[in-house]
Amino acid sequence: MPRREALAVGLAAVLLVVVLPVCNTLPAGSPLALSNFTLNLFGKFLTYAILALGLDLLWGYAGVLSLGHGVFFGLGAYAMGMHLMLEIGAKSVYQSSLPDFMVWNQVTALPLFWKPFQSSAFTLAAVVLVPALFGLAFGYLAFRSRIRGVYFSIITQALALSAWLVFNRNEMNLGGTNGLADFKTIFGFPLNRPGTQRALYVVTALALVAAYLVCRWITLTRAGKVLVAIRDSETRVLFSGYSPAAYKLFVFVVSAVLAGVAGALYAPQVGIITPAKIGVLPSIEMVVWVAAGGRGTLYGAIVGAFGVNWIQSWLTTSYPDLWLLFLGGLFMGAVLFFPDGIVGALGRLAARARRLVGQPTAEPKQGTAIDHCAPMNSK
Amino acid sequence: MVAWLAAGAAGHAALPPASPEIAGALTDLTGEDADKREAAVTVLGKTRDPRWLQFLHALREGSVYARTRAGKTEVVVGGAKATRGDQDVIDIASAYDRGPLGTVPLAELKEVPADRRLRLVIKPYLDADETRTQLADPDPAVRRGAAVKLGNQAEAGAAPVVEAALEREADRWVRHALREALALIRLANGNPAQRADAARTLGELHSESARPALERLVADTGASPAAREAAGQAIRRIDRWGLLTRTVETLFQGASLASILLLMALGLAVVFGLMGVINMAHGELMALGAYATFVVQNWFRAAWPERVDLYFVVALPVAFLVAAAVGLVLERGVIRLLYGRPLETLLLTWGASLIIQQGLRLWFGAANVDVSAPRWLSGGVPVMVGLTLPYNRVFIIGLATVSVGAMYWLLFRTSAGLRIRAVTQNRAMSSCLGVRAGLVDATTFAFGAGLAGLAGCALTQIGNVGPSLGQNYIVDSFMVVVTGGVGKLAGTILAAAGLGGLTKGIEPALGAVFGKVAILVAVILFLQRRPAGLFATRGRNAEA
Repeated sequence: MPRREALAVGLAAVLLVVVLPVCNTLPAGSPLALSNFTLNLFGKFLTYAILALGLDLLWGYAGVLSLGHGVFFGLGAYAMGMHLMLEIGAKSVYQSSLPDFMVWNQVTALPLFWKPFQSSAFTLAAVVLVPALFGLAFGYLAFRSRIRGVYFSIITQALALSAWLVFNRNEMNLGGTNGLADFKTIFGFPLNRPGTQRALYVVTALALVAAYLVCRWITLTRAGKVLVAIRDSETRVLFSGYSPAAYKLFVFVVSAVLAGVAGALYAPQVGIITPAKIGVLPSIEMVVWVAAGGRGTLYGAIVGAFGVNWIQSWLTTSYPDLWLLFLGGLFMGAVLFFPDGIVGALGRLAARARRLVGQPTAEPKQGTAIDHCAPMNSK
Repeated sequence: MVAWLAAGAAGHAALPPASPEIAGALTDLTGEDADKREAAVTVLGKTRDPRWLQFLHALREGSVYARTRAGKTEVVVGGAKATRGDQDVIDIASAYDRGPLGTVPLAELKEVPADRRLRLVIKPYLDADETRTQLADPDPAVRRGAAVKLGNQAEAGAAPVVEAALEREADRWVRHALREALALIRLANGNPAQRADAARTLGELHSESARPALERLVADTGASPAAREAAGQAIRRIDRWGLLTRTVETLFQGASLASILLLMALGLAVVFGLMGVINMAHGELMALGAYATFVVQNWFRAAWPERVDLYFVVALPVAFLVAAAVGLVLERGVIRLLYGRPLETLLLTWGASLIIQQGLRLWFGAANVDVSAPRWLSGGVPVMVGLTLPYNRVFIIGLATVSVGAMYWLLFRTSAGLRIRAVTQNRAMSSCLGVRAGLVDATTFAFGAGLAGLAGCALTQIGNVGPSLGQNYIVDSFMVVVTGGVGKLAGTILAAAGLGGLTKGIEPALGAVFGKVAILVAVILFLQRRPAGLFATRGRNAEA
């Protein structure tokens, strides 16, 4: 990692992991104080950023556009949510040891697949393993048969639709449309206490930093070079003796795991997980975070996830009608006018400013961020 | 009302209107004894005399009165009420022939009440009469409905009526219903030989509605063995027929779903083959077509209410043009700029779809709008016993067939189609040879969008029209494109037929949701064997 980037990452990490939580502990009147609500909101954005990192690794580097990452996010979130539901125990509305929605649905015994989630250790493992195994199976089938490009995107979108339909069903014993909610404690700590929320935030921020370092490390290895090569010309990589499918599968599983971890951190902080986070629209929204932030840079994905969601939380409360128009415009604008996202646009702006003051700098390298596909009819 | 007044009931006036039974019944009716009053209604109803039935109708409505004159109780029917001076007066008429009896003060009369119990006794007689009238109705559907009703009631007394109706009936389906009704009546009331005969007839008629009665007969140990045997055979016959109709129905539903998918996917597939672009806004173009239909309908309602049924004929081309125009703007405006970058185009068109969707929501409201079916598309054509195919679905299948024909003609019989195929195969070479690829892209995209508009227009006839209409079909039509492969129309057609048929085929077993999941799994497994879809274009290029 270049030294400048290492410095920037270190500063950002200190800001996210240390400074913001400390600001949160300041008394409400002080100018630097950060309310519990805002910190919680940031925590949510950070989980999105973790997911966006994985998506950027997959799309920005390997050129594989997944429109179904909401599913992996949902798998992680539901795995964590199931444990939290079981932790509620008899403190629920119906004072039954079963989750409330099972009482409504007249389920009398805990379904078998819920039982292991009583164990915290199993849950933590499941948060990683369930998305990983599912991603492995799906990715294996898809990449092995060389489903690529638009085909792959369409198939993942169908996956998101199917998963959404399935999670909505009551007979899946996953809470149906209402999802899992009303969590009380996490590993014994009450969730309504600011201290718990702050700790969760810190864990999320640490996870984000770790995820960034892992992703950056991957891009710096030989495997990362192969991924970029696959993006630029898969056929040439294949003919050079590499197996693109294996590399793509690896990065797909990594991004699935990151999405699952993000989901697991999301559920306790937001307090609810429903199928609405899994479907076609949320899954493709995740892509626009990456597109708006800037593909193929990793930090662009974080900026995008933060920025788009900040605007969303502002627009949906102030001008709810405009949000979808804005989102649509963002999709079109990001693709048409900012192909390298906010990060790229800012970089170009900075370069131009430096040129204006006469300081010679290197132009931003072309072709790192933008996906230069081979012209269509080379096929 | 008028219908039953006009009813002919020849051969039923068994009792003369002045007979002692009638007189006794009328007297009982004015009394207090509920059982006797019930018996009185039965006596009057059994005459099947239209005038007495009319009287019972008046009784049910509460306009029958009793008055005592010279120590004798007389039953009269009340007519118009008025207020004269300080007392209420009423026109009265005689009970049977409604001869006017002048206007009398209301106070002189005592109402003959018809409580719930009495009304229940009256109802079957009036209903039976109504059914008889319906059997003579000019509309075959009404006649058929009456026959079915008679069959379900299975009253012995109705047999002669049904036989008479059968004599003069010419319509095939009404005749069928009448024969079924007659057999049902005989099955319930006949002697053992008749019952066995009726059971055989019902089996021949494949009468699903006779199944419960036949099952009762089989279980009835008191019935004759021959009749029970015949009933058992009839049930087996009906069940075999039921299996057949269900199969045909599933096939038909599959065909109609496949037609919708095909209308959607045709445009998508051709554009995908030509430009490598998946148009995520295709579903919204369909929604635009549906809303265009809605607007045309409202325009007809306002400007030309007497010809409102014609709106659909106008809406079809309008929907096509509206969607094609928007598609053209989309292609020339933005998609053109992203040529050769399919993933970006996918995101771009998704953004466009969000904007169109939200625009529709802001303009027309988030609720579904009401598009009513023109009269000539409602109802259905009965093709076999127990199966009626709705016209709107038949229409959609026809529309899809015509669209496929038009597509084939366009691609393989016109010079424009030649250019489309040339650019699809090799864009650079076609451009070198003077084909204006941009123009080909634009027209093809607009044509595909227009087809989506047509699909939207057709969808108004079978589903709700709302801003998110497109979302419900878009993923399915993508699956069709992916499964069918690019470059060959036959692939799209086959994939649409396959996915439509498969969906409807497994839906009864798995339910809609798990059916969809099963379809996805099936498509992924299918792509394992044929990664480029059913009909991949073969060539020397590796990037297929």
